[in-house]
Amino acid sequence: MKKAARSTAPERNPVGITTPTYLGMPKFPKLAAPELRNPVLRHNLQMATHTIRDKRAQVVGEVDDWEALRVDGARSKDAALNNLDEHLEELERNLQKAGATVHWARDAEEACSIVVELVQESLGAPAKYSEERSGGETSWGGGEVVKVKSMATQEIELNEALEAAGISAWETDLAELIVQLGHDRPSHILVPAIHRNRSQIREIFDREMGKVGRPAPDGMTDEPAQLAEAARQHLREKFLRARVAISGANFAVADTGTLVVLESEGNGRMCLTLPETLISVVGIEKVVPTWDDLGTFMQLLPRSSTGERMNPYTTMWTGATPDDGPQDVHVVLLDNGRTRVLEDELGRQALRCIRCSACLNVCPVYERAGGHAYGSVYPGPIGAVLTPQLRGTASPIDESLPYASSLCGACFDACPVRIDIPRMLVELRSQVVDQHRGGVPSAEAAGMRAASWVFGNHKRLEGVQAGAAAASRLFGKRTSISQLPWPASAWTQARNAPTPPKESFRSWWRRTHEEPRS
Amino acid sequence: MTAAPRVALFATCFNDTMWPDTPRATVSLLERLGVTVEFPMAQTCCGQMFTNTGYVDEAVPLVRAFVDVFGSYDAVVAPSGSCTGSVREQHQWIAERSGDSGLAREVEQLTPRVHELSEYLVDVLGVVDVGAYFPHRVTYHPTCHSLRMLRVGDRPQQLLRAVRGIDLVELPSATECCGFGGTFAMKNADISVAMGSDKARHIRETGAEVVVAGDNSCLAHIGGLLDRQRAGVRSLHLAQILASTEEDPA
Repeated sequence: MKKAARSTAPERNPVGITTPTYLGMPKFPKLAAPELRNPVLRHNLQMATHTIRDKRAQVVGEVDDWEALRVDGARSKDAALNNLDEHLEELERNLQKAGATVHWARDAEEACSIVVELVQESLGAPAKYSEERSGGETSWGGGEVVKVKSMATQEIELNEALEAAGISAWETDLAELIVQLGHDRPSHILVPAIHRNRSQIREIFDREMGKVGRPAPDGMTDEPAQLAEAARQHLREKFLRARVAISGANFAVADTGTLVVLESEGNGRMCLTLPETLISVVGIEKVVPTWDDLGTFMQLLPRSSTGERMNPYTTMWTGATPDDGPQDVHVVLLDNGRTRVLEDELGRQALRCIRCSACLNVCPVYERAGGHAYGSVYPGPIGAVLTPQLRGTASPIDESLPYASSLCGACFDACPVRIDIPRMLVELRSQVVDQHRGGVPSAEAAGMRAASWVFGNHKRLEGVQAGAAAASRLFGKRTSISQLPWPASAWTQARNAPTPPKESFRSWWRRTHEEPRS
Repeated sequence: MTAAPRVALFATCFNDTMWPDTPRATVSLLERLGVTVEFPMAQTCCGQMFTNTGYVDEAVPLVRAFVDVFGSYDAVVAPSGSCTGSVREQHQWIAERSGDSGLAREVEQLTPRVHELSEYLVDVLGVVDVGAYFPHRVTYHPTCHSLRMLRVGDRPQQLLRAVRGIDLVELPSATECCGFGGTFAMKNADISVAMGSDKARHIRETGAEVVVAGDNSCLAHIGGLLDRQRAGVRSLHLAQILASTEEDPA
């Protein structure tokens, strides 16, 4: 059976071919190095994070008892997580009652194949996804979907899976569009193109829009209003044409079966209301028990994410409404490592995350390293704890992530659901160290063991101090050293090191406070 | 009349070995305020470097030793926000993780009696003016662990403001991390230096002669950068400024 997708067949999605996967990436410090050396990126990130940081501080300061709200948010997420199975079943029942179809996906692959099959069915494709994947030739001309910004679909690399099945997935969030057109990867949870400035965006729009739809207008400048207008015109034809939309959800209310999306541009509202079919991929941790819980998060999320009292667009839908909006409504509930995170009593906190990005915006490491260095769709402090929990710590990038922090604690203070990220980072570091125990110890491990032995007894420490005092004589009057051999060269590349003192404190104490004075 | 307060000084291994002037200043300051200071010789290290690098098993014997050495004292004072933070915020977890419930109980009893220097002065002794004299332009960097782990708030600034002759100037972006972060300074040296360079720039912008903080670890990083840049700014621990007098200046 042949069925042409459309008379106006969409162009190929530019992303699937060029977006690399995250596997096999080098360690965080290596990934961060080129980002650090890029002055434009450093400037873009510093400007952007500090602007959002200041806005957030202002609107958080307006709330009478922000701390109580944080406690409330954490409590209601914990209530959901501690009885997740019950709330999920309740959610499923209420979704079904409201006319939605619920699908369960254990991992990324399952979720992708469910979504691809649903899209193919909706668009009247002749072959199932599985047959496509096995290499079977198909005469289907391909199809398209419009997408609401969604972290879950990025996590499972859904766009790439759709692309492989001949379906173009158009990102409609402005920043996601910039990333997609730029053959780029997102570098921030909320502001995925935070690493781009407006002149770079103008250049991307000018070069790429025409290849996949309506081109940018001639003579477009880098004025934000002109750039937004170009995006609006470019996206409009896709909104009006698309028959299927794919979204995530910020919240899934168990006791009503309602999904909730918060956004700023109205692109979400277009996607969630215009197409015939709506498929939402929702991480199982997005469940909140009751409609009342939502009130807390509606106060916490906009203030923590965009620094606004209220976000411009909030769309809530409960299954399908006859003759109004999408009639074919699907919800794919995604595990993909979440139940494993749930098993860990401390690590479980990470599932409270409402993807607000407040921790990214206050993080001094993120500000300098940029989002790409984190090797995952979840960058910044929350990524440094969430990614190693979701994916494990087997790969070099994943085991380096818990160390991508100075443990300054700014992330915990900013987190609207009180995730103790510094504490979790330390716990994850201990898991990384412990997984290497038993084999030949690294230089670091051997050094740590030796140091622990020295500190295990004060006499041994005094021996080291006597050695340091002897060494101090070699330096004469010098108080600092500018060059040290490896591995201390990592310190002296830009910092002088102190020379050891002539006398340790305890020697002085013994001399002045313990020996009998004549 | 109440007896003179008695404290055990926890010098910290880093100060004891590399920065003896700081615990010496702590002793002279506390003695000047009428406190009887003891230094239990058996003390070594709180284990923070091991814990924060992930070598938690290696920290367990140090937690045990800390409890053995300091368990009998009513008050323990340390001139370090991060070492005090390690004791108060991490020892309990380390003890529980090791499965030694007896140790966990001892830790729980001891840790509320362990104070960072500015906390001890302001909260326990109830003094803000410690009789110090330091006629220099000074800027204060609040270290992350004192600020966000111990929540010392503005206690150090209260103490500094009361120092005679001091010209205390505000540090721009003061609450931002300097980038030291323990082994972070080595493992992610590039980012650590990038953070520290911004901190050093802010310090130079104040025109201060001295940058003061409550942790010599952070100061070694900041001071190491300033020194390399030949910025002409000294770095001094809070204890040394508070101990400073006309007769015995820091």
